[in-house]
Amino acid sequence: MSIRHGLLALLERGPRYGSQLRTEFESRTGSTWPLNVGQVYTTLNRLERDGLVAQGGEDEAGHALYAITEAGREELRAWYDKPVDRTSPARDELAIKLAMAVGAPGVDIRNVIQSQRRHTVEAMQDYTRLKAQAITALESGASQERDDVAWLLVLEQLIFQTEAEARWLDHCEARLIRLSAAARASGTAQDAPPRVPDPGRRAPAGDAIGLSHAPGGDATGLSRTSRS
Amino acid sequence: MSRPTSQQPVLQLQQLTRVHGTGATEVHALRGIDLDVFPGELVAVMGPSGSGKSTLLTIAGGLDTPSSGQVIVENTDITAADRKTLAALRRRSIGYVFQDYNLIPALTAAENVALPRELDGVSARRARAEALAALAEMGLGHLADRFPDEMSGGQQQRVAIARALVGDRRLVLADEPTGALDSETGESVLALLRNRCDAGAAGVLVTHEPRFAAWADRVVFLRDGAVVDQTLRSDADSLLSGQAAER
Repeated sequence: MSIRHGLLALLERGPRYGSQLRTEFESRTGSTWPLNVGQVYTTLNRLERDGLVAQGGEDEAGHALYAITEAGREELRAWYDKPVDRTSPARDELAIKLAMAVGAPGVDIRNVIQSQRRHTVEAMQDYTRLKAQAITALESGASQERDDVAWLLVLEQLIFQTEAEARWLDHCEARLIRLSAAARASGTAQDAPPRVPDPGRRAPAGDAIGLSHAPGGDATGLSRTSRS
Repeated sequence: MSRPTSQQPVLQLQQLTRVHGTGATEVHALRGIDLDVFPGELVAVMGPSGSGKSTLLTIAGGLDTPSSGQVIVENTDITAADRKTLAALRRRSIGYVFQDYNLIPALTAAENVALPRELDGVSARRARAEALAALAEMGLGHLADRFPDEMSGGQQQRVAIARALVGDRRLVLADEPTGALDSETGESVLALLRNRCDAGAAGVLVTHEPRFAAWADRVVFLRDGAVVDQTLRSDADSLLSGQAAER
């Protein structure tokens, strides 16, 4: 419920109207998660229903102002005090994609990893450039210091996240290479013609982890022919 | 970050190959690498160990010779150059930054930076003036009279970058320059390298750290001695809304 609590945090600084909240939310987070005015009013309505904000008067221009209530302040304190839940991870499309790509017929998992790595590093390049700009703005003593600091923290979080992803991709590739080398060494070399399974024989290492043995590709779907 | 357009590349690698050993023990360290690096551009080279990153850098700097292909630095083919020309090019056009700084312990920061100019035949007085100017330009003026062991690793590496680019050298080749530094210090070294490239130098950075590669204009991915992929230069302004990017 980050929008809900984000709005409460802004309202704690004093009454505000809808589009003003939207602007302030975006300048704190550098428009990383853009809001539309509709979302802001829907959220305000729910907050009002739950007794966390109350409508109170208008400004000179006739905008309806919202103010945080005592219950709203308590809710906000509780939010700051409680860690964000990480025990039920959000669905991660990349993790699901790689899990599906292991041994998938006709898929070179190394290419899947590389195209993601390029995309992730490109995003890091962009974030890093924005970070350099944000630091320059802060060092030049720009007026909106609080917003600049908030924006810098958000950007650095994006850099840490993409960095973790890039490192994980490197790790996946290295592990798959090691596994396929081990599978080859233990006698499941894909150069050998496909064998009729011998019921008396132990399953080869590759089979034990549920990897297919497509001819031309090895156990982990790393197609050797595609390597330059 | 100036986008190179009509400018001549400072460094051109053309169909570069490097084979170590022969026969059964033959290893193809590089297989047909093409790469242009323009003034104002910082290119990062990434890849798993053994992918040829360091070989590429040593050949680009004339410290090793390719099995075939060409290395052109500021319009001179260093693979065809005689020893004397090559030595002069290495002194005048190419700067190196290594993981372990490689400053000379008995010389101060200013003397270390002045050294390549003195070797180049510039008078000691002028070499010192240039060194002081280079250090000052990089915000390192206060370190001029310190010896390497009186400086932190990050400071030594920044001095090494000053040394790499003193005079009118425009090509800096950096091999894991942040390898011995903590991530905060590594970041500041990268910021300085980025800054030198923004001022017109051409840089090639070998690193296995995505966080540092992200400072580059372009990231080239090597695998088994070949370029398998590279990032496209993109405009940060298009990533987030205009308002955010202007901040």
